[in-house]
Formats: sequence, structure tokens, C-alpha cells
Amino acid sequence: MFRLEPRPHPSTLALLASPLLAILLTLLAGMALFAALGFDPLKTLAAYFVAPIDSGDGLAELTVKATPLLLCAIGLALGFRANIWNIGAEGQLIMGAVAGSGVALFLRPENGAAWVLPAMFIAGALGGMAWASIPAVLKLRFNASEILTSLMLTYVADLFLRWLVNGPWRDPDGFNFPQSQMFEADAVIPPLIQGTRLGFGFLLAVVIALGGWFLLARTFVGFQIKVIGLTTAAAGYAGFNKSRITWMSLLLSGALAGIAGLNEVAGPIGQLTPSISPGYGFTAIIVAFLGRLHPFGILLASLLLALTYLGGETAQISLGLPVAVTSVFQGMLLFFLLACEVLVRYRLKLRRH
Amino acid sequence: MQGVTPRLALKGITKQFPGCRANDGVDLTLLPGEIHALLGENGAGKSTLVKIIYGILHADEGEVIWDGKPVQVANPAAARALGIGMVFQHFSLFDSLTVAENIALGLDKPGRMAELSQRIVTVSQHYGLPLDPSRPVHSLSVGERQRVEIVRSLLGEPRLLIMDEPTSVLTPQEVDRLFVTLRQLAAEGRTILYISHKLEEIRALCSRATVLRGGRVAAACDPATTSAREMAELMIGSELTAPCRPAAVDALGEALLEVEGLHTTSDDPFATNIRDAHLRVHAGEIVGIAGVAGNGQAELLSALSGEVPLPVSAMVRICGTAAGHMSPRPRRRLGLAFVPEERLGRGAVPEMSLADNALLSGYGSGGLVRRGLVHFRKTRKVAETIIQRFGVAARGHGSQARSLSGGNLQKFIIGREIMQKPKLLIAAQPTWGVDAGAAAAIHQALIDLARSGAAVLVVSQDLDELFALSDRIAVIHNGALSEAVPAAELSVERIGLLMGGIFTQDGETEGAGHVPT
Repeated sequence: MFRLEPRPHPSTLALLASPLLAILLTLLAGMALFAALGFDPLKTLAAYFVAPIDSGDGLAELTVKATPLLLCAIGLALGFRANIWNIGAEGQLIMGAVAGSGVALFLRPENGAAWVLPAMFIAGALGGMAWASIPAVLKLRFNASEILTSLMLTYVADLFLRWLVNGPWRDPDGFNFPQSQMFEADAVIPPLIQGTRLGFGFLLAVVIALGGWFLLARTFVGFQIKVIGLTTAAAGYAGFNKSRITWMSLLLSGALAGIAGLNEVAGPIGQLTPSISPGYGFTAIIVAFLGRLHPFGILLASLLLALTYLGGETAQISLGLPVAVTSVFQGMLLFFLLACEVLVRYRLKLRRH
Repeated sequence: MQGVTPRLALKGITKQFPGCRANDGVDLTLLPGEIHALLGENGAGKSTLVKIIYGILHADEGEVIWDGKPVQVANPAAARALGIGMVFQHFSLFDSLTVAENIALGLDKPGRMAELSQRIVTVSQHYGLPLDPSRPVHSLSVGERQRVEIVRSLLGEPRLLIMDEPTSVLTPQEVDRLFVTLRQLAAEGRTILYISHKLEEIRALCSRATVLRGGRVAAACDPATTSAREMAELMIGSELTAPCRPAAVDALGEALLEVEGLHTTSDDPFATNIRDAHLRVHAGEIVGIAGVAGNGQAELLSALSGEVPLPVSAMVRICGTAAGHMSPRPRRRLGLAFVPEERLGRGAVPEMSLADNALLSGYGSGGLVRRGLVHFRKTRKVAETIIQRFGVAARGHGSQARSLSGGNLQKFIIGREIMQKPKLLIAAQPTWGVDAGAAAAIHQALIDLARSGAAVLVVSQDLDELFALSDRIAVIHNGALSEAVPAAELSVERIGLLMGGIFTQDGETEGAGHVPT
């Protein structure tokens, strides 16, 4: 019936505006959904998107949720720019959390040892990196698609975490709950402002986002990433080392996801549990695309997607909506985003016979 | 000519695309039994006009009159029903199918395969285009593949046959043979619309010529009495300056490119591997490599550029250093610069600005990258310098590479490589599809580079280009590279035999007739 025809000159303005249009369409569709469920659409929307952040505590909570999204999405975006499709940030996040927890649980220092937290951050980064290096090796040695391998390794990481907290790392005094001991005070990240949940992690994530922007916009490595992503043949012609960029982007995104995981267990959670992430690593893919793979856009997108998590919780409590609404919103956002993208670059034509 | 009803008359054909008027009030009259040339530079509107005739595009304004009656050509099937056939520049054949199967796929009513095979044999013999209907297409040479396309068109009994750049992939001998067929077709009263920018061919073959420029008919002329130079000037609308080539220095400089016993292997079953190639290019000279596309040029070039590293390091020496194991980056450091055949998508990143594209291969010189950081002010300046020095028509360093015409982008790429002051420049098809004015500028830049002491290797299918540029010429055929012979000692016939794979010295024919007869 219809076919898609490339537009000769896609409008730059439309390309920039398409994330905003996608957000608008998501809100409209969300209102229709609420109305169909018998709720007042405007009120529900307010409960979902305004109520969670109408206080200082709410805003601090927003940064808590945004931190892992931002960290993962920056790393993913660097890879996506170079056509390296790491879909397994969730697994790398888990392995970072596991490695960092290992340091906290087994290298128990005397009180006041200042090196514990830094060591945990390094271990977290290395854990994520190690997990991301498996798809890198498989891709470069055997030409295996990193999309599949990184995704499948996520489930391996998840099962590994469950085995640890159900078996060797289970807290002996934990009434058989599948979780580790609580970390010592030295192994927990203190809040930036006492009395709120605003963490050091968010500051770190913003600095890393700035670093990501600098890498892409100012360095020769960033230039190589962009060329490889746009035209591989030109990168080969120019003599750019594609396997080096593949290694770099996978290790970097693994390390950032690992740091995100560590920041969860050493920050808001304070111990290793089987549910350290409500899918941050997957949502980060939406964040990366909603931010148009640009670090500043990603910063904004991570706050918006963090809000969908908060809104889901609030709406569950205040209105009795199922928490799955969060996934519905995230899914609709990605759907409308991709649809807008396609229609900016292509136009629909009625097929004539 | 009065009293004859034209086979096809176009009146005031206009076609508007977003941002460009491809055809602007074009009139064209084709008579029965004539071979009519349609001339013009890239972007002059030839393809658009032909697609309108064949029903692929529809004119916004104007009339198409077939045998005296106005018609609407809705689609290619309707064009074929009227008696219009077309042979495209790029073949649309399936490698794994046989000749007969391919032809059946392109016919509106193929009928039974056995009968079709019989008809293929009859038609191909009648027109001197021998074809075996049962052979798979992948085993055919490029010339034979073109025969499949021509026979496919002829089976539809066309009264107008459109041929789009039919000789660009043929050896001179194959061109001669094609011309015999085309003359036979014209003698039977069929009309041929012949699109080409090879002016000598048009002079030898065509009875009338229409020149398009910027979407309008710029001139009509009689090719037999108009010189190639005059036709070229009609095409570009200004005077053509031929490149001036000072004589080569007598004593050759040191060998800057040495190829010794080069072999390549490839996983690709359709690649043509290079077998035992030997070649030297010295400082100050231009060596040309002629050959029909697909005879190993791509494999030779990627072995020289380093995009496919070699098993033995000594197979390629650049400025005296064994470089076979090296990737492109260290080879550039030795003094190699490289102009690939594909401009957009290999030689340049389409979506990036000219400043970024100046950095693409220029990162090794001029301090564009310092301590891992890109010096953007300098890349912009380098891009501006290239634009000015090499006469690139672009709005500035911020223009996207894909916004440039083919000729201008090629001038930019060649300029970028020359700006790096290479000791050795390798250029593939430097002026393929480039208009005459830009081609002359590119040729001059290559000659100047060689005369300033660099070694230049040009791989091209265009013999006129190789004769205009080269001090010595070698021929590549089926992965084997002939010895490079001084251009002055070579005739077009001799090169044609070499391109067809006959490397022996005896049986050499002499006579420097460039024009196929």
C-alpha cells in the first residue's frame, strides 16, 4: 500500500525537534491510555510527571535515578556513534556492582580507611569492562554480532548475581533473604548534602558527560569514532584502526556501566541484592537515542527517563496504577522517537497500480 | 529530411526536481534509421531526458510524439509496447542465473524457455553478438554481459534503442564490434539514441548530435564535421585548456614505488587475485595502468594503499622501505598519498564538512592533530586553501562533501592529497565521470606533481586519459600486470590486445588510429 521514499534534504530543524515531538506524542498517547482506564487524564499526568518532583527531596530522588541512566547512556552513545551496538549495559552494570561489592565484602578495612571507596569504584569499572571485553573479543576474533553476545551476556550476569546472593555471598544473619551483608560505613557513598539522597555519583556522571562531549567534539579519537560510524570504507581508507576503536568503545561503555552498578550498591542500596537495577542498562539505550547520541542531549534525556521511573512509583502509590505503566511510557517514547526519526528522513508515498 | 515523420519528437520537455530544473524546454527530433548522439556533462540532464522517454520519469511540461502521434509513456512496459528499448550503463543481471533466464526475467512475455533460447541464438547470430543461452552470467566477460542486455532489448523488436554510455566498460576491439552491430541496426531503419561523453566515438558513429547544457539544448551539430574540441567546448560552454605536459626528465629518479612478485588472496570468490605483479614507479614520472574494470584493479589498489595488508613485507616498497605488512597509516608516513576510485563513501565522508574531510587523510601533516586533540582552526584553513588553490566550487569549508558535484569533490580530494606533499601518489580513475573542465585541471595537477619530483601511479579505464598523462603504461588483465612500456611506443590497438589478455609481443599491429572504424 505505502512505501517509504528517502527525502532528498531532511530538514535539520525537524531532526532536532523530533525528540520533542516524540515526547509530546507520548504524553498524548499516555493521556488516551489513562482515559481508557477510567482515570482523569490531566490529573493522572500531573500525578505522574509533576508530583514526584515538586519538592527538594523529589528533585534529589530524580538525580538518583538519572545517575545510572546517564553513566550507561554516555558509554553506549560513544559506541553507537561508531556503529558498535552494545546492548548489554545492564549486564555490565551488574558485573560492576558484583566486583565492587566483592571489594567491600572481603577487603574489610579498619574503620577510617579512605581507600575503600576508590578501590570499589576501580573494581566496579574493571568488572564492567571485563564483561564488555567478551563481546569485543567475540566480534573481532569470530565476527560475532555484539548485539547478540552483549545482550545474552546480560542474562548470564543476572544469573551469576542471583547465584552469589543465594549462595556464597548470602548474609548468614539475613534470615535467608537472598542478599549480602550491609556494607561497612566506609564502603558507602555519603550524600553530597546531608539529609538528602543527592549523591556524589550524579556529580561524577555529569563530569563524565562533559568528558564524553570533549572526547567526541575535540579529540582525534572522537573524530575517528564519527568517521567509522558514518562510513566504514572512509575510515579504512584513512587508515583508522577499527579494532582499536571497537575495543575502546566497548571497554569504555563497560567501565561506565560498571561504575553505574557500583554507585547503586554502594549508594542508595548499601548491599548486594538480586534487584539492583530496574533495567537501567536497557533504558539507557532509549536515553542515548532520545538525546540524539549527544552528551548534552543525553543529560536531559536521562532526567526525563528518570522521571518515568519516579512517576511510575508515585502513580502506583497515589492512584493504584500498576508499576508496569513505567515500561509502557518508556516503550511508547522509543516507539514515537523512532517513528519521528523515520518520517523526518523518509516520506510515505501511496503505491499506485 | 523533410517529409519524413520523425520516429520520436520531444517538444518543450521540462522536469523540475526539488532545487534543480533537470530539463528546461528540451526539443529533440529522432529520425528513422539515424544514430543520434546525446551529449553533455554530468548533470546536464541527459539521464533525466532519457528516463522520460523510457517512462521511468514523467515530464512536468511538454509533449512526447511517437510516429507523429502524441503519447503518454506511463512506465517502461508501456515504452517497450511502443517499440522503445533501452540498454542501461549499469547492468541489471543476476550472476547465478543463465543468459536465457536473465533475458526471460526482463521480458514482458518470455514464452517457453526452449523457444526463447532458440530466439536468443537467432537474434544474437543475426547481429554478430554471439551468446550461449545456457551459460551462467557470472562466467561472462563484461562485454558479453552487455551483449545479454542488448539482445534482451532486441528481442522486443525496438524501433528506438537507447544506449547509455555503452562503451565505458569495453576494450577498443569490443567497441569496434559493437559499432558494427549498431550500424546494422540503423541500416534496418531502427533509430539509436547514443549517450556518451567520448567525443571521438561519437564522431565515428553518429550522424547527428544534440548537446545539452544545464538542462537546455545548447547546440545541435554534425559530429562528422565538428571537431572533438569544439564539441567539448559546446558541452562545457567555455574554452577548453588542454593540460600542458613538459617532457619527462631523461634520467629517471629513484624508484619510489617498487612492487616485486605481488600476490593477493581473498575470501571473496568473485575477487580477481593479483598474480606475480612487478612494477616500478620512479621519481618524476607518471605510470598508467590500463585495463577493463574487474581485472584486479581493486585488489591491486587495496594492496598498495594498505587497506588489505600483504603476507610478505617486501612485496611492496614505498620510498625504499618494505611496506607490505603496513596498514595505510604508516604507509602515509612513508610519503604515500592515495586517491580512491569511490569519492563519496571512501575518499570523503558525505555527511561531514570539507574541513573535517581535509582532516580525514591529512591528519599526519600540518600539525592538524596535536597531543590527540584536533586543531579545528587549522583544518578549516587547510580546507580553504585546497578550495582556493584547486578551484573547488564550494560555498566554503563548512559545506558538506555530498553537496559538491562529482568533479568538484574530486578536485578537493586530489588537492587534499597533493597538499600533503606526497613522494608517491596513487590515483584510481582520477577523472571518471568528471566534466571536461575539471578533468583538465586534475590532469594538470597530477602532471605538475610528477614534474616537481614525486612518483605518480594512475589506474584508469580511460585510454585517452592514460595517453594524455602517462610516461609509461602497463596493462592489467585477469590479475596479471604487463610490463610498463613508454607511452610513445604504444598504439591503442596494442593496448587493446593487452587489455584482452594477449601479452605476447608478436602479432603486434601498428598504426595509431585512436578512432574505432
